[in-house]
Amino acid sequence: MARTDQSPIAHENRRPLSPHLQVYRFALTMAMSIAHRITGVGLYLGTVLLAWWLVAAATDAAAFATVSWFMGTIFGRLILFGFTWALFHHMLGGVRHFIWDAGYGMDHPHREYLAKGTLIGGVVLTVLVWIAAYAVR
Amino acid sequence: MVEFALPKNSRPVAGKTWPRPAGATNVREFRVYRWNPEDGQNPRTDTYFVDMDDCGPMVLDAIIWIKNKVDPTLTFRRSCREGICGSCAMNIDGTNTLACTKDMATISGAVKIYPLPHMKVIKDLVPDLTTFYAQHASIEPWLKTDTPQPEREWAQSPGDRAKLDGLYECILCACCSTSCPSYWWNGDRYLGPAALLQAYRWLADSRDEATGDRLDNLEDPFRLYRCHTIMNCAKTCPKGLNPAKAIAEIKNMMISRQV
Repeated sequence: MARTDQSPIAHENRRPLSPHLQVYRFALTMAMSIAHRITGVGLYLGTVLLAWWLVAAATDAAAFATVSWFMGTIFGRLILFGFTWALFHHMLGGVRHFIWDAGYGMDHPHREYLAKGTLIGGVVLTVLVWIAAYAVR
Repeated sequence: MVEFALPKNSRPVAGKTWPRPAGATNVREFRVYRWNPEDGQNPRTDTYFVDMDDCGPMVLDAIIWIKNKVDPTLTFRRSCREGICGSCAMNIDGTNTLACTKDMATISGAVKIYPLPHMKVIKDLVPDLTTFYAQHASIEPWLKTDTPQPEREWAQSPGDRAKLDGLYECILCACCSTSCPSYWWNGDRYLGPAALLQAYRWLADSRDEATGDRLDNLEDPFRLYRCHTIMNCAKTCPKGLNPAKAIAEIKNMMISRQV
């Protein structure tokens, strides 16, 4: 037998940590929780873009034109589209958490309905805003 | 602390494939986490084959079959075999549940069995629950009163008694707490869903007179407020309870005592 000479403390320190993320099956509300975090981080980055645009507007016409040009490119529009989605997804996620914090909608299947509503609602609102934006352009 | 990857000594390696039962026609594959504290090796995943015609319907029946007929060193906790003792809680098919009430017919493909997630392993499927039990003790799970003891029992109306439904049934199997990512990352400071459900069980008890003290004990950024309503606890509870809801009720009690 190996290592029987070691103290019980050393024995405990050798104990492995059981697998967690590696084996746990993702559930809808679990995935939505991490998506809420990720979109929240996305909003920070989006706010940097907004600040860039405001600073350019306060600088001069040429700087503003540069930002407008960048936002108008396909790449810029993709970023703005993602920012719009992150905003709506995170906002509806906030509403969902508000409902849960009040103690409602936490049972199965209502928690799953709320999660699906957030997911679908975020996409629908994003598309609607972009349709409206292109319509008034 | 958030650490997505397992420490080096904890990463399971490919294990042994045990022989198929001779002459069996209805065979099911099991992949089971193994760790032997005495051999100094990493954990491994062993493959077993169970003769389903010779075995009961639940996962616990299968691992007892393996222990009896294939590999007597396979180590796990079990006692009541009817979902009331909570001993055989483990991660089966990606979800925490009780092996004794988990019907194998509900699992497709090979049955994968791991210990409860993000816990120190004592051996094979046996996790160290010392901290989990200490957290339960920290919420002081007993009736606390100041008024003199009545001559008979502490009376409670049927309506007040009904408020404990969905709370008192907890068997402390630890499925919920070890399903919770917040508990994985902050299990040393966050009490976890099981202890908090029990905390609410005493907060909701009309006979208990220590509500203020109990809330004081929970008013902490970590103990209570690490719950981010991920809801794994409610989804995984083998008794169908909802710890997330109990935690929301505690948070609401915190607010209503301030306004």
